[in-house]
Amino acid sequence: MQEQAEIWDWEMFFRALPPVLEGFLTVTLLVTVVGTAIAAVLGLVWAMLIRLAPQPVSGIVKWVVAFIRMTPIVVQLLFAYYAFLMFDAMTIGIVVFGIHYSTYMSEVYRAGIDAVPKGQWEATTALSMSTRRTWAAVVIPQALRATVPALGNYAISMFKDTPFLLVIGVVEMVNAAQIFGGNNFRYVEAITLAGIIFLLASYPTSVLIRRMEKRLAYAH
Amino acid sequence: MPTPTDTADTADTPIIEFRDVEKRFGDNVVLKDLDFHVNRGERVTLIGPSGSGKTTILRLVMTLEEATDGMILIDGDPLTHRIVDGRRVRLSNREIKRTRTRIGMVFQQFNLFPNMTVIQNITESPIHVLGQSRAEATRRARDLLHQVGLDDKADAHPSSLSGGQQQRVAIARALAMDPEILLLDEVTSALDPEIVGEVLGILRRIAEDTDITMLIVTHEMQFARDVSDRVLMFDGGSIVEDADPDTMFTAPAHERTRKFLRAVLGEGQIGTR
Repeated sequence: MQEQAEIWDWEMFFRALPPVLEGFLTVTLLVTVVGTAIAAVLGLVWAMLIRLAPQPVSGIVKWVVAFIRMTPIVVQLLFAYYAFLMFDAMTIGIVVFGIHYSTYMSEVYRAGIDAVPKGQWEATTALSMSTRRTWAAVVIPQALRATVPALGNYAISMFKDTPFLLVIGVVEMVNAAQIFGGNNFRYVEAITLAGIIFLLASYPTSVLIRRMEKRLAYAH
Repeated sequence: MPTPTDTADTADTPIIEFRDVEKRFGDNVVLKDLDFHVNRGERVTLIGPSGSGKTTILRLVMTLEEATDGMILIDGDPLTHRIVDGRRVRLSNREIKRTRTRIGMVFQQFNLFPNMTVIQNITESPIHVLGQSRAEATRRARDLLHQVGLDDKADAHPSSLSGGQQQRVAIARALAMDPEILLLDEVTSALDPEIVGEVLGILRRIAEDTDITMLIVTHEMQFARDVSDRVLMFDGGSIVEDADPDTMFTAPAHERTRKFLRAVLGEGQIGTR
């Protein structure tokens, strides 16, 4: 057929739009947003446990975090999928993404906490501040300021990793594009569309991060 | 001689007492067998060459460091360690914290919290440690800001203030805790020369208007002479000379003191200032 020889078909492009967009909105976006929230909170929990918990606990957390960080997310997705059959694939996906990225974020928080000058800690002692207030009012706000750009980059990176959900059968955007391609014997338009949506979503996110960074910034 | 049990109630109990205090960092002995005391309301200045252990003494009193031997008593109560049956035992963190609230410190580098406004810096601990209401703490903070001449800076961030202004806020922040003991650690050393006077002026006024015990480390000899009741000359981790300021600056007994004062004041200055 003459039509098959064409590299690009606009009609296919527009027909691919509804299923690909649906994959984006119902899976890709959801996993990224909820996963990032989990990662941001858990990452701080790991960093604080490693720093504050008594020895056996902090050592174990440190080891587990390193272990998760050094194994591929695909292996973790498959492991969790087959080990926890009581949960649906979507839930597994969100939690695994959240935990996996929390291990990177814990490193970012650790660096942010280490960057708080010694004089700040000494001032909290001189003012008799409790451990809770020291962290809540001084250390975490100052550490966060230094970590916003890195946290944002990990959020974008997680967003781009969502196609790995394929391995546990979750139909996210790229998977939806591939299914559309298989049904119509045309892959290029749908996959291109998925790429464009990635770009269109990543760019505003990075702008948003930069704006947050500015709002949190204060000169020393 | 008061017995150990009633020392705390006796009026003449020193508010700070060092007993055979040693501080070493690894093999480096910074303070050795140090014995001295400061009476309630007294202003004592520590002078001496850098590395003589003056700042370490302030850091020990503030519990930023802990002595490696001996003990420090605050108003008769052990600060971080007590001696039980000849053995040195560390107090619980809770006990240490209780004594710590009676002590305040102003640092060379100010150490204001950059993520808080001036008023938040000052009210943080009065609210969360002393349990004052926000309104009460804010009223007191504004009063203190007025005393240090920064009424209009309450809502500013530290980064928008000059070094001298930051140090004045740091002084207000320390005073807001109503400390019985105020430690001043080279508070003008990080400031431009023309700013030093304004900070020292405020400290002089505080010294006149209050009866807070002050332990001061400074290189400003004129200030030390004006404010102090007693001056201690340090060298190599021990006290070389302990005298009232007039004697210390006009007729020091020890050659080591004379040499030090000649170096910092200039030749021919001793006895004339």
